[in-house]
Amino acid sequence: MAAHLKKRVYEEFSKVVQLPQEEAPAKKLRLTKPSKSAALHIDLCKASNPTDALQYLLHFARSSVEAESVEGVVRILLEHYYKEQDNSVRLKIASLIGLLSKTQNFNPESILDDTLNTFNTEKSHQVLAQLLDTLLVIGTQLPESLIVRHRLIEVAYKHLSDTYFGVRNKCLQLLGCLGNVDTPLNKDGQGLVPAVIGGSAPGVSGGVCVRDAQSLISDYFADQDPRVRTAAIKAMLQLHERGLKIQQTIYDQACQLLCDDYEQVRSAAVQMVWVLSQLYPESIVPIPSSNEQVRLVDDSFGKISHMVSDGSWVVRVQAAKTLGNMLQVSPHFLEQTLDKKLMSDLRRKRTAHERAKELYASGEFSSGRKWADDAPKEKVDTSAVNLIASGACGAFVHGLEDEMYEVRIAAVDALSALAQSSASFAEKCLDFLVDMFNDEIEEVRLQSIHVLRQISTNITLREDQLDTVLAVLEDSSRDIREALHELLCFTNVSTKECIQLALLELLKNLTKYPTDRNSVWKCLKFLGCRHPTLVLPLVPELLSTHPYFHTPEPDMDDPAYIAVLVLVFNAAQSCPTMTALFSDHTFRHYTYLRDSLSHLVPPLRLPGRTQAPGVSGIEGSGSVESAQLFLQQSLSRISTIHNLQDPGAQDLLNFTIRDLQRLGELQTELAGAADFSATYLRCQLLLTKALQEKLWTMAVPLCLKHNAMATAAAKQMLEETYKLEFLYSGLENRQVATIHHVRLQAKALQLVLTARTRRGVEPLISVCEKFLQEVESFQRLFVVELPHLQESFVGKLLDLSPKLSACKPGELVKILQTTLRQSGFLNLQLPKQVQRASATIIEPTGESDNPLRFTSGLVVALDIDATLEHVQDPHNTVKVQVLYPDGQYHVIQPKPGDFRSPGPHRHRLITQVYLSHSAWTEACQIEVRLLLAYSSSRLCKAVWSDSSTEGLQPAEGATEGTIPFGKPVKVFIMPKPARR
Amino acid sequence: MARVPKVLLRGLLGLAVTPGAVTLDVLEGAGQDVGRSCILVSIGGKNIMLDCGMHMGFNDDRRFPDFSYITQQGRLTEFLDCVIISHFHLDHCGALPYMSEMVGYDGPIYMTHPTKAICPILLEDFRKITVDKKGETNFFTSQMIKDCMKKVVPLNLHQTVQVDDELEIKAYYAGHVLGAAMVQIKVGSESVVYTGDYNMTPDRHLGAAWIDKCRPDILISESTYATTIRDSKRCRERDFLKKVHETVERGGKVLIPVFALGRAQELCILLETFWERMNMKAPIYFSTGLTEKANHYYKLFITWTNQKIRKTFVQRNMFEFKHIKAFDRSYADNPGPMVVFATPGMLHAGQSLQIFKKWAGNEKNMIIMPGYCVQGTIGHKILNGQKKLEMENRQTLEVKLQVEYMSFSAHADAKGIMQLIRMAEPRNMLLVHGEAKKMEFLKDKIEQEFTINCFMPANGETTTVITNPSVPVDISLNLLKREMALGGPLPDPKKPRTMHGTLIMKDNSLRLVTPEQALKELGLNEHQLRFTCRVQLQDPHSDPDTLSRIYTHLKSVLKGYTIQHLPDGTVMVESIVIKVSSSAEEPNTKVLLLSWSYQDEDLGSFLSTLLKKGLPSGLSSM
Repeated sequence: MAAHLKKRVYEEFSKVVQLPQEEAPAKKLRLTKPSKSAALHIDLCKASNPTDALQYLLHFARSSVEAESVEGVVRILLEHYYKEQDNSVRLKIASLIGLLSKTQNFNPESILDDTLNTFNTEKSHQVLAQLLDTLLVIGTQLPESLIVRHRLIEVAYKHLSDTYFGVRNKCLQLLGCLGNVDTPLNKDGQGLVPAVIGGSAPGVSGGVCVRDAQSLISDYFADQDPRVRTAAIKAMLQLHERGLKIQQTIYDQACQLLCDDYEQVRSAAVQMVWVLSQLYPESIVPIPSSNEQVRLVDDSFGKISHMVSDGSWVVRVQAAKTLGNMLQVSPHFLEQTLDKKLMSDLRRKRTAHERAKELYASGEFSSGRKWADDAPKEKVDTSAVNLIASGACGAFVHGLEDEMYEVRIAAVDALSALAQSSASFAEKCLDFLVDMFNDEIEEVRLQSIHVLRQISTNITLREDQLDTVLAVLEDSSRDIREALHELLCFTNVSTKECIQLALLELLKNLTKYPTDRNSVWKCLKFLGCRHPTLVLPLVPELLSTHPYFHTPEPDMDDPAYIAVLVLVFNAAQSCPTMTALFSDHTFRHYTYLRDSLSHLVPPLRLPGRTQAPGVSGIEGSGSVESAQLFLQQSLSRISTIHNLQDPGAQDLLNFTIRDLQRLGELQTELAGAADFSATYLRCQLLLTKALQEKLWTMAVPLCLKHNAMATAAAKQMLEETYKLEFLYSGLENRQVATIHHVRLQAKALQLVLTARTRRGVEPLISVCEKFLQEVESFQRLFVVELPHLQESFVGKLLDLSPKLSACKPGELVKILQTTLRQSGFLNLQLPKQVQRASATIIEPTGESDNPLRFTSGLVVALDIDATLEHVQDPHNTVKVQVLYPDGQYHVIQPKPGDFRSPGPHRHRLITQVYLSHSAWTEACQIEVRLLLAYSSSRLCKAVWSDSSTEGLQPAEGATEGTIPFGKPVKVFIMPKPARR
Repeated sequence: MARVPKVLLRGLLGLAVTPGAVTLDVLEGAGQDVGRSCILVSIGGKNIMLDCGMHMGFNDDRRFPDFSYITQQGRLTEFLDCVIISHFHLDHCGALPYMSEMVGYDGPIYMTHPTKAICPILLEDFRKITVDKKGETNFFTSQMIKDCMKKVVPLNLHQTVQVDDELEIKAYYAGHVLGAAMVQIKVGSESVVYTGDYNMTPDRHLGAAWIDKCRPDILISESTYATTIRDSKRCRERDFLKKVHETVERGGKVLIPVFALGRAQELCILLETFWERMNMKAPIYFSTGLTEKANHYYKLFITWTNQKIRKTFVQRNMFEFKHIKAFDRSYADNPGPMVVFATPGMLHAGQSLQIFKKWAGNEKNMIIMPGYCVQGTIGHKILNGQKKLEMENRQTLEVKLQVEYMSFSAHADAKGIMQLIRMAEPRNMLLVHGEAKKMEFLKDKIEQEFTINCFMPANGETTTVITNPSVPVDISLNLLKREMALGGPLPDPKKPRTMHGTLIMKDNSLRLVTPEQALKELGLNEHQLRFTCRVQLQDPHSDPDTLSRIYTHLKSVLKGYTIQHLPDGTVMVESIVIKVSSSAEEPNTKVLLLSWSYQDEDLGSFLSTLLKKGLPSGLSSM
């Protein structure tokens, strides 16, 4: 006891000592400051030639300077600056000043005057440019100070007429970043003083303030140096970004810049024109050489469309991207972008698209076998042919055919954006998108499939279009095929032939690539759901029924047959007459599939058949609500338990857990919530059971052997809490607090058990310390939640907290034991949406009996394909574990590129893991499973996201670990000894 | 095929500031015709031959361009500064050994690296057919081809090559076939761009033609498809692939007759990638011959291909075909589906015809004609739907297989030509290598859209284009310093500025010097030219008073000029002297005597008009 007390005293004492220690570094800083600048001073004085000085400066730039000493250092630098003859050294000094002014907690205003003074003597253009850059840095550090900004702008204005392009560049940049954005009107409603920030200087200092930054910058649109022109446009865009409304008068200038000789100017000009078109979409501009007028947004759309056939691909990408952002353009102009008048020998020719459409309309499909059916028909009026497309003509036709895939992707994206806002355009661009399925670069193909999916709500595919789309199903790339399945899920088709065609192609796909099974089935499910009436006439053929004869019963394990059934059953869901066409075995197969593939086969109302009991329970639209209600009721029933020691509480918990588990199985929407509650309740149940063990009443020495069950319970509780915390998404702070509370209980239980089993006090002291720290951090973390936790374990513990920290371990254990027993049951408040993270390994299936053979010591690659649902940030958290039969295991972190995101909250992991092992005598199974890695530090960050101490979170306090999720899969492997 | 016109650019740039000129002689075949290209350009005193093609349709002298146009006898070397070949097609390079070895030319021949590599293969093949098979004599030999190729200087893209001190050429990418280039020819500030054949839409193995805004005086462009606007290539490709795919799935055989180079490679790549993508197993064969050699070069010149091939060749060179194998005669009888590329493209002879005969009877099979077929060939017949063909030995062949036509042409269409004009922004346009009627249409369009002159010379016709070259002149430092000392704004390279000086043209050089120096150099005396003028003025004051009144008046009007009142009774405005005298009879009528030198003409005439108006009344006489 005495020893313990002594230790405490020491600890407290040592804590007191720590405070001055913390101050010590601050003192040290102050000490280094003069020495540092002095050292620099000496170095610079020592430097006999510019090269040496430059070396010193470069060396100096690598060391960091404290905020307090920055000013001194800058003084010394400037002092040397004036002495220095060499341009490069002065330039370095100027850049160093800029660098230094960025030091944290340093107010650069103090060095502003000194920096400005240097401009009076500087002759070198390069150094001037660097000095202006330094000013820019200082200016951006002090965005609030109007005076500073004004002075900087004045300097910029003075140097705008410099002959060196770099200086002009920097001046424009300064103007763009710091130029006056607020018009006086906004400030005081008078609008008289044109420059608010420059109250001191209107007119006096060269009229800086009389002319606003905008017109000043626009003067440099016509500068002789292309770099300056670019800088001027960029500065203007910067002004726009900072909230200045750019005047429309610039529009003409910007349009002229579109024809500039230099690509960077053109590229910037495209942006400029776009910005203006967004600012003044409705204003009217005249068309040159005619009396007509158009809306500005249409005019600019035409001009940017023109840039899609620019000589530089950078500009083309920019233009194509920009087109996608011009949604206000009128439909007439929009549709021109897809227009390309074909001709051959001056005769009008129809495009392949038009021909296909006509063939379709006339009811005669396909062919193209007739010679010269694309022969040009009517003669073209030579004067009416517009060869160089003025305006928007054919912009996308060009963009989609571009040489660079960057341009093509940009064009596809733009098409998608525009098509989503205009249904008629979506209809028109369909042919072009379908054509892109044939692109040489997979990325482009994939992107166009995705885009088509996005707009597919607006369109119905024609048979010939569907044909082209379906041809891609044979693609060897899995991504392409799956994207296409996804697309087919959302596609509307027009005729029953289309359905048949789609089914046929999908079945072909299935035979060619059997791994696509799930994806194909899912695709057919949606296809059936969407087109019940089109499927209906096909049913006899699909199920190969015959009016008189019995046909042989198809093989139930045939994936193709299942695929057909999935289509039919889903169609039958909203087409009650269909079931009459089924033969007996179809019904049998239905019940089988309904059970084995319940996510693909919907419940059907079958005439004269007793429905499966599981199905009848939850049917119709009300089922979700009723299930919800049930969940709520179960939880409220639990809440009647006040104390876990109550008789019957255990039974109630047991029942409720069972109910909830079943509910989770039946109602997938609520699975997350139900599982979550069940797990929580199970923790409580475990605690209760542990506390009711006999061992508590036994004498300490006797219980040594009997506490196995309680220890296991404590351990399991801990594990469950981690699962609760990290496996479920959508948790609020309240629930997290509850989970942490359970964890504290588990830890308390562990502590108590340790106290009872271990002899001696020494090990106990550190454990107690740790526990108290955790209580403390709990209190810190969940201050907001504490009021809800009054009656609970922690609440009670905190009431006693002053006493706790002072008492010795033995007492603490006693207190804990009683609090654990007496504390009330903490009710679980369910958040709105709880989702359980889940993972399914699709491949390997674990069914193969053929072992994977490889030479021992070398590696073999195992393809893994898994879907992850509701996993946040899978790139960092999901890992693959390989467990060998000898107990060895490896954890492999997949590459970020292996994750794809096919839908919201859904991820797909397609990766390869490398296996290796020394030789085995015979094939054996290894286990592959997915792990969810967690670390509590991440959680703390999320909770305290607004607090500034985020970065300082102690790393040692974080617990890290992994939770296995998803079913493990077994794979046969057979490492063989190498032959020599 | 087109006949070749000839264009001579004859530079008339003299020493004077007279406008220069570029003349083009359309030698043969490049004019309003498609067949053989050969154009002579004279620019800035240099003569350049662009392309040296031959006509495939003739077997006599008309086959080659008429070089007697340049010189009646003797070698061409002294008349030509260089020869430039745009690409390896025979209608652009076929007459090269004839010209260099048989007519005689020893100067440099420029072509790109791929062209240099592939050109001799084609020439040799062509020679073999004409000499060995047709038995013609008086044709160039293998040795001649070799000797000719020794004169070739290779060009790199965007590399400026100095042919001599004044003439420089630069190659741009042209698409069309591997190694095709457009050339910019520049002498001083005058320039010509010759496109050769080019393609503005990229295809499966080549990129699109590109040129910077070089603003040449003349852009010489081919115009094969002057009146056509083509559909998107994606439709064509898709159609082609679909047809092949369907036939192969049915178990049929597909025959694609091709010419060995160019389109064949594109189609190979297309099918190869499609097979790869769709995981197809049916074999694809390519009938051998010169293809293997050519394919080898395609593998080597990756930098000349399109983005996709360039980016992926590190993993796999697209021209190393996985699915395409060499064809053997016996394979034609193999059962099961297959695709065969066979030469020649028009089905008139050789392997393609043999295979066609074997497969024509089965309706499951298909033949795809990827290009144009000359009248009289079997290709032309079956394209026109003929179902029964008469073969040699009085046999008839029934055509049951499907016949498809797919145009995969690699020439720029009308829109592409316009796009190139927009890129290069030429001052004049010249259309060659096309049919007259079609060119007429395009010419109108170009003139209308770009408001530039457009020419379309016929064969043998010479076009002269007046250019407006800038003439560099050396300025003496003294003069420049004097001009600087006069003040005014700093010189701005974008703005013209007037200055006084004397231009001396001597020894083929132009110099701008001060007049004094010029006089000194020429040994002439300086002559002074002075103007004098009398102005009558009504003024009641005495002569000196009048003078001082004038002085005050001028001082108030002409601010910024030095005005002196000299004690000898004169007023000096700069160098202009003003004196006052009055006649005895009428003391109120004063006669002002103004005298100024020629240099001060402006000021002098201003003063005389000013003083004619009289003096304002309110002037004080000091």
